[in-house]
Amino acid sequence: MSGLLSVSDVSVAFGEARVLDSVSLSVRRGEFVGLVGPNGAGKTTLLRAINGVREPDAGTVSVDGDRQADCSAKAWSRRVATVPQDTSVSFAFRVEDVVEMGRAPHRRRTQFGTSERDRRRVEDALELTNTVDLRDRRIDELSGGERQRVFVARALAQDTPLLALDEPTASLDVNHQVEILRLVRDLVGDGRAGLAAIHDLELAARFCDRLALLSDGVIRAVGPPETVLRSGALDPAFETTTAIATNPVTGTPTVTAGADIDEGRATVVSDARRVHVVGGGRIGSHAIASLRRVGHEPSAGVLRTGDVAFETAESLGVPIVTTPAAGPVDPDAVATAHELAGDASVVVLADVEIGPRQWTLDLAEGAPAVVLLEERSLSERLHSGDRARERYERLRERATIVDPGDVLSAVEAAAGPVEQPADD
Amino acid sequence: MRIRRRATLWSSALLAALAAVVLVSATIGPVELSLSVVTKAALNAVGVPSGLSLSVGTASFAGLPLPWPAIDVQYTYPFAFSVPETSELIVREVRLPRIVLGAVVGFALGGAGTVMQGFFRNPMADPSIIGVSTGAAVGAVATIALPALIPFGLQPAAFVGAVVTAFAVYLLATEGGRTPVATLLLAGVAVQTFLGAVVSFLLLQSGESLEEAVYWLMGNLYGAGWGDVEMTLPAIVVLFVALVPFARDLNVLMLGEEDARTLGIPVEWTKRLLLALSSLLTAAAVAVAGVIGFVGLIVPHMMRLVVGPDHRLLLPTSALAGAVFLVVTDTLARANPQELPVGIVTAALGAPFFLFLLRRREVHEL
Repeated sequence: MSGLLSVSDVSVAFGEARVLDSVSLSVRRGEFVGLVGPNGAGKTTLLRAINGVREPDAGTVSVDGDRQADCSAKAWSRRVATVPQDTSVSFAFRVEDVVEMGRAPHRRRTQFGTSERDRRRVEDALELTNTVDLRDRRIDELSGGERQRVFVARALAQDTPLLALDEPTASLDVNHQVEILRLVRDLVGDGRAGLAAIHDLELAARFCDRLALLSDGVIRAVGPPETVLRSGALDPAFETTTAIATNPVTGTPTVTAGADIDEGRATVVSDARRVHVVGGGRIGSHAIASLRRVGHEPSAGVLRTGDVAFETAESLGVPIVTTPAAGPVDPDAVATAHELAGDASVVVLADVEIGPRQWTLDLAEGAPAVVLLEERSLSERLHSGDRARERYERLRERATIVDPGDVLSAVEAAAGPVEQPADD
Repeated sequence: MRIRRRATLWSSALLAALAAVVLVSATIGPVELSLSVVTKAALNAVGVPSGLSLSVGTASFAGLPLPWPAIDVQYTYPFAFSVPETSELIVREVRLPRIVLGAVVGFALGGAGTVMQGFFRNPMADPSIIGVSTGAAVGAVATIALPALIPFGLQPAAFVGAVVTAFAVYLLATEGGRTPVATLLLAGVAVQTFLGAVVSFLLLQSGESLEEAVYWLMGNLYGAGWGDVEMTLPAIVVLFVALVPFARDLNVLMLGEEDARTLGIPVEWTKRLLLALSSLLTAAAVAVAGVIGFVGLIVPHMMRLVVGPDHRLLLPTSALAGAVFLVVTDTLARANPQELPVGIVTAALGAPFFLFLLRRREVHEL
């Protein structure tokens, strides 16, 4: 399992602008590596340096030990096949003709027709990409997803150990995005290597074995998706605040960008408050993120590890108190939560459940101001007796009660104006 | 073998059509001749090269006689049908040379136009897009208007003007070893405009010979002889044969230059070669026939509608269709009691037909 593609210290400059700065990367056989990073990071330029379209100003690219600088265009195109970003074709070539163009690197100039070997490769490529039925259709009459498959087929017909793909999923519907990446991953499984620029971080994380994060022409991180998609690496690269969570369906990371920005609203409150949020799930998670976004200082807990709100809070750097995902709530954690809540000027109960021990109510009762976010009725959330119901009703009398979406205004209302020191 | 069979089939059909229009065209003229007489006379004129000999002749260059190698080709004529002598003379020495030259020129323009359209990925491209025709016009008109300045004959002057212009446009559009086609196109337009001014100026200076110059500018095959054919045909055949192996590369280039590079085409080198070959092809044609517009523009479009975009098919069929088209239009041009320059006929017929295709949305992209 040695590196098939090896890029070492590659630099590319356009005039004064350095687009790639001493980039090194290697891709092994059987490996699908995703190139991620913001627009203008140099992803496409790196692919161009690899497929030979743009000769690097410094550094070397080699495939299987052969250096690109030593290879002719034709020889290199037997090593690297490219699926271009823009597959729109305005010419009426038949699909089969386009796929057959992938055989160009393997042909002598004097060869006019198609050899038996060419035909076999084209046939295989059509079959693997499920484009056999399209073979006689005109390429300019296909949908974007179909066209993308045809260009993957062309790259396969090229019969190269390395597949380079530039944004193979851009401008495709979600179903086709998944279809194409699944296809590439399967093809890579057959002993090829794949390298794709993918702007969609979540798709990249889902389908690639490793990710390389590129920004400003420099590789910031390389490794398995879970290690690359971390706010610490993503935030400076994308110049935003990200929140990372685990996709409940695929189990791979999901990334929410602009976690600190809310469109159409003043982004920062003038008077930041300490707010403690009790309750997890979707509503708790949203409350924590919203408060954080406008500049408040939320804390949260007790949250079970693995709760959505737990991941949100952790990725935003919000102080939390946790208890294991299963089993009874850790009494020590409750005690710590009391410390956090005691420090807060507002306590938010985010559609909380009230258990037999009623610790959620304990946390609220001592607070100077309370906000109750209610979505479900109390009886759905109450797992305790009448005493608990009475306590909650008493809390309601002095609390600000709102729908979960209105948490910010409720916190403002509950806390009241900040006392200004009187002028003399 | 599908593509090869299709190419052979289409080429044979067009060759047959070409033979037919050549023969029919030869029956038309001030003296009406029957098709059988024309056919026999034409077959009698078919010569098979049977020997070569090299001799040293003299060519005068700028008034100085210079030794000049000459290749003499001996022909044998396999057919000897009996045909009335005057008819044979008319067919063989008057009509056929002109018709054959028309076919050769049309072939060159159709082929060069196909290459340029594919190369530029632009439906408005024609063989003269980088200024070949305008360059030839400068050479030709200068020879006509200022014969004292240019002593080596109209056709060489036109050829040199064409090649120099194409090369100048190429140099103007090239920077750092790369020649973007958009730059090439714009440089071509600018140079053509400039040379157009030069031609207009020369026309003003041409005095008595204005009519001759204008006639040349409109493109015509009047007075063509076997000498013109002998000079043009071999060059055009060689250039065309050199282009054919690049048909496949043209297909790949149509997908874009970056794509072509990833499919192993050395793009800049191939572009340079295609540009040189097709410019020479055009130059050889316009040097003998003058500026014949529209053939190289509409014929490739028409053939693309019929045979599709694959240049392995499109290149030979467009060239042959160009030959047929020019023979037909030149026949119309000379069938007129007052003979017209063929350039007028090609443009007058070609433009409305092109508009018809355009309106029917048959021609939108390449």
